[in-house]
Amino acid sequence: MVAGSRPTSCRNYRCWIERLNHITESKTLKFALEKTTEDMEQQIIRETFHLVSKRDENVCNFLEGGLLIGGSDNKLIYRHYATLYFVFCVDSSESELGILDLIQVFVETLDKCFENVCELDLIFHVDKVHNILAEMVMGGMVLETNMNEIITQVDAQNKMEKSEAGIAGAPARAVSAVKNMNLPEIPRNINIGDISIKVPNLPSFK
Amino acid sequence: MSDVVEKTLTALPGLLLSLDSQPGAAKLCATSRLGSLVRSITELTSKNVGEEMAEPPAGPRSPKQMKEIMVRAIYCEMLGYEASFSYIHAIKLAQQGSVLEKRVGYLAVSLFLHESHDLLLLLVNTVLKDLQSTNLIEVCMALTVVSQIFPKDMIPAVLPLVEDKLTHSKEIIRRKAVLALYKFYLIAPNQVQHIHDKFRKALCDKDPGVMTASLHIYLKLIKVCLASNYKDLTDSFVTILKQVVGGKLPVDFNYHSVPAPWLQMQLLRILALLGKEDQRTSEMMYEVLDESLRRAEINHNITYAILYECLKTIYTIHPKSELLEKAAKCIGKFVLSPKINLKYLGLKALTYVVQQDPNLALQHQMTIIECLDHSDPIIKRETLELLYRITNGQNVSVIVEKMLDFLRLSKDEYTTIDLVGKVAELAEKYPFPCSVWFIQTMNAIFSIGGDVMQPDIPNNFLRLLAEGFDSDEEDRQLRLLAVDSYLSLLECDTSGLPQRFLQVISWVLGEFSFLKEGLEPADVVERLGKLLDDDAITTETRCWVLAAMSKLCGSSDALCKAEKVAHKYTSCLDTALRQQAVELELLGRDVDLRTRVLPQHGARNQLEVDSSLSFLDGFVSDALARGAAPYKPPHQRQEELSQEKILNFEPYGLSLPVSLSACSLTDRQSPTALSLSSSLSGNSADPPLKAGSNLLKLEGVKRVWGKQGYLPEKQATEEALAQEPSSIFAPSHQQACSESQQTTFSTIVEQDQEKRQLASSLFVGLGSQNAPCLVRTVAQNLSDSTSEAVPAVGNTEVVEASEVSSLSGGSGPLAQPSSQVERGLESDLPSRLPATLVGLLRSDVEELCSGESLSLSACKVFDADALVLAIFLSNISDSSIQEVSCLISSEQLKVPEMCSTFSVLSFYLNEFVLFSLFVCFSLCLNHLYSEGVAQCQGWEEHLNLGEASLYHSVSPPASCSCRPLPLTTEEYGKMWLSFSHDVKQNLMLLKHEEEDQLEAALTALKEKLCLHIVDVIGAEGIMACQLVSGRPCLLHCHTHGGMLAIWLRSPIADLPDCLLYHCQKAIQER
Repeated sequence: MVAGSRPTSCRNYRCWIERLNHITESKTLKFALEKTTEDMEQQIIRETFHLVSKRDENVCNFLEGGLLIGGSDNKLIYRHYATLYFVFCVDSSESELGILDLIQVFVETLDKCFENVCELDLIFHVDKVHNILAEMVMGGMVLETNMNEIITQVDAQNKMEKSEAGIAGAPARAVSAVKNMNLPEIPRNINIGDISIKVPNLPSFK
Repeated sequence: MSDVVEKTLTALPGLLLSLDSQPGAAKLCATSRLGSLVRSITELTSKNVGEEMAEPPAGPRSPKQMKEIMVRAIYCEMLGYEASFSYIHAIKLAQQGSVLEKRVGYLAVSLFLHESHDLLLLLVNTVLKDLQSTNLIEVCMALTVVSQIFPKDMIPAVLPLVEDKLTHSKEIIRRKAVLALYKFYLIAPNQVQHIHDKFRKALCDKDPGVMTASLHIYLKLIKVCLASNYKDLTDSFVTILKQVVGGKLPVDFNYHSVPAPWLQMQLLRILALLGKEDQRTSEMMYEVLDESLRRAEINHNITYAILYECLKTIYTIHPKSELLEKAAKCIGKFVLSPKINLKYLGLKALTYVVQQDPNLALQHQMTIIECLDHSDPIIKRETLELLYRITNGQNVSVIVEKMLDFLRLSKDEYTTIDLVGKVAELAEKYPFPCSVWFIQTMNAIFSIGGDVMQPDIPNNFLRLLAEGFDSDEEDRQLRLLAVDSYLSLLECDTSGLPQRFLQVISWVLGEFSFLKEGLEPADVVERLGKLLDDDAITTETRCWVLAAMSKLCGSSDALCKAEKVAHKYTSCLDTALRQQAVELELLGRDVDLRTRVLPQHGARNQLEVDSSLSFLDGFVSDALARGAAPYKPPHQRQEELSQEKILNFEPYGLSLPVSLSACSLTDRQSPTALSLSSSLSGNSADPPLKAGSNLLKLEGVKRVWGKQGYLPEKQATEEALAQEPSSIFAPSHQQACSESQQTTFSTIVEQDQEKRQLASSLFVGLGSQNAPCLVRTVAQNLSDSTSEAVPAVGNTEVVEASEVSSLSGGSGPLAQPSSQVERGLESDLPSRLPATLVGLLRSDVEELCSGESLSLSACKVFDADALVLAIFLSNISDSSIQEVSCLISSEQLKVPEMCSTFSVLSFYLNEFVLFSLFVCFSLCLNHLYSEGVAQCQGWEEHLNLGEASLYHSVSPPASCSCRPLPLTTEEYGKMWLSFSHDVKQNLMLLKHEEEDQLEAALTALKEKLCLHIVDVIGAEGIMACQLVSGRPCLLHCHTHGGMLAIWLRSPIADLPDCLLYHCQKAIQER
């Protein structure tokens, strides 16, 4: 189900699109093959974000397909944590509640890996987040749902990172330093063209 | 703003690289390069500082630096800026870096590139190398990237290596290898065909993780290939599920103390696919499904997920009433839940099952009404979907109103297209609340659906107007209404109307405005002309408007106006438009030509058309002389196709058997359809006619309307109903409906009147409409429904439960008597039939089964409107029997109430006294194939010797429900045209020596299937029959070369198929 994942940011929220699709069936894939121009991808993300962000708190977590994600073949399942939206796009036969809990597992795993994860972790450790996701969802299929197992795998890789340490280990420390110091040079408002990122007050999960 | 972005884009490469080219800066902010990047990007755009960023990239960098840069590139791509310059570096990094950098490299590759990107080829070698590595992590990474993105052509290169990994000692490697193979299967199924055994091995892997991974493959395989190839695995899947549900997995697999929920869901999904329409396989799963339902009672999200999956499975597989009951309860849990997500799923589940069991919708009607007003549009949407499924003639206007209300608020394009299609379907299906309503609804559809809706909606509408219904008066009124409403629309502001709507308006006005008395054509032309002044109108619409005008310019006044308008376009650049304008001018000048091609008013309908196209004879003979292939009529072509075993499911147009075509073709074609056919024939001598075909494209439009009104009437519902077998007890059904209605009503007395009214208008007619219970889908499945049941009484001893082996034979042996009964009795039995049944066609009395003292026999009597099953209970012992109670149950046949009331009876049987019982199964079967099983069970109490029970099932064969349908040839011709479902097949006639094969075949069919031979014309014969329920089916046969070509048509979707099956049997048995 899960094909690719590409985190992105839209306006003042970060919207993670995990694009789950059955490769042969969905239109999404079709343009994944045709290459999705960047534009197309961005458009999907923007539309998805648009759909998701305007939904209230007390509505259901499922959205049925817009045209861009392949009509009724696919559906969106999302969870909203503080300023973050975790959105999975799955094919129509997938279990909605199952995916909701998968997102929960993903978030809890992130939380464990980053020790009280915050939005900045996700920005500064894009690669790590992807690696965690790759342990859970591989080639579009759910591979592992056991949090401990995922963490073991990720840790095995992290250990190697530490052994290679040196400069490479520095960014992590830097981020934590930044987190703690709340340095003024970290912009509160980042404007990139029409995309503006507001860095909120480091909300943590839970 | 865009130039800012552009500047950013051009500056990015420099920006990315510049940080590394400044060692000092790098040291300073080495700690947070990404952070500074983010900051730089911000500064760049906000302050618009371009130049200083454009520094040239420096020389070679170490992999470590590369890794940093790569993460930055990923970030940039994430923001939506293309970083294609870094793609090659990503591949290089994956190739050269140490483990850590490799990982980032691979990650970047899988994020940046797409499946068919050329650069992927460069990755293959790296992957090969890593797959052979001894470092587990490297192997893992390689497998991960392979399963995410890999070029199709290079699969053979890595396939052996990946296969090897299936036997790797580490489970994580095995698991990833399985998923990598799954990916290969998805992109190139042929290349992994040889390793299907290995998939089986993976399924049996000792590690549950690997097994779980292999389930993905099996789900896909079963979905794509025939499920029958994998039926043998059902047992394994059931066993696995049993173990999982039973908690046999290690605690590691628990999630919120539910054992491996995702695995369970996957298994349930597989079981649903396997058990679909397969009773035997389904029976294997009942137990474990029951268990799953029972276990899933903890109140947590994930258990609901399993429960929902379980429900879906239960409703997909062959039904079992106990499970269905439990499932229905569970659906209630979902629907009534305060949690919005569960409610949503509950609605979905209801939508899924409501066709089988409309009762469920009735039970929850108040919840459904509440959901209709829910603040969440998704919930509303789902509710409408549900209502759409339960629409019938009585509630259609309320439901359509609700749908239109929703549409007016909805902005989403996809929803609009989808719902508009549904509304249009409903409006056309049930157009008769009144014509005004129909026209208004269609207007609403056109204005809401706008230009995004499916093009066949306006096409169908116009076709419907053109062809009309039964009565001319009604047609006239409908058309007049349309003209009226469009004229008033044109008076208002038309700028907001969608193009499609304008096209419809102009066509209708052009075609039918003459119906309105006192309306000058000149007026209409003027109003249409106003449309053209609007700049927003498209050229296509302009063409439609001009075409309408050319139909209208009968009077000189109108002509003058029309020409004035058209003149503008005679020099237009668009050729279609210009053609239309020139045609209008020409026709205006040449009155004769005009009256010929566009006859006035109703005269058009009597337009004579040379349907044999004799004027083309010369052309044809010329072509034949030049060696062209001779023309074959469509049905002949189709026969040839079917001889080649190519299934063609599409009815080929509206073509007729040749013998019938002459009598009824001309009067039913609409002028546009005729003009279409003439332009299709390649003769474009008449330009206006060609224009006509341009106006209304009728080819390929599904035929929904005929002379008899809407054709596949209720077909959708019926089909859906028939799809899933249901086990509603028919007699109690209606009662249950009304009961539930009552109970619901009594609880909501205090609720406001409006809602209740809405509910009653929404759910009206639900119960009665669906009262007949439908059972099986395909005739081939008949043999599956052999008798199988457990005696209802716990302590009875089953003397015998013989199985019915052949059901559809008509008079085939039902069961062999196991004990010897005096044959004399048997001959005695028929005389005991009640007077009303004497003299009717009946089958032989057959002994079904017998015990020590009781014998059970039955025969079938074919009454005109029912199949009566006469059951004889006879005492075959020497002594008298004190008491016999008899229980007759039938799940699938509709037993009239009279019978159900004495379903359990006690009788005193004296010595040798026979008791006979007549059960009148009026076969209210909607379908011929609705094979039913009546179970008859009698048990005796015999001198305190305990109880013994006789138990037997009787299944009337499907062909019993056929009755002849007396028709004349003309009636036949009319009916033939109006039926939409047809099936054709060639049957081999075995007896070649017969002189009149057709005669013989027809007689055989007549005798075996109770058909009525309508007429025999040369080598063709036509027959008609009807089901007990009065549903007709027409047959058309003709013989050629030892083959009998049978062509069946009926208004019911599956009837032709089913009857064909019986014809085939009849011919073979002959």
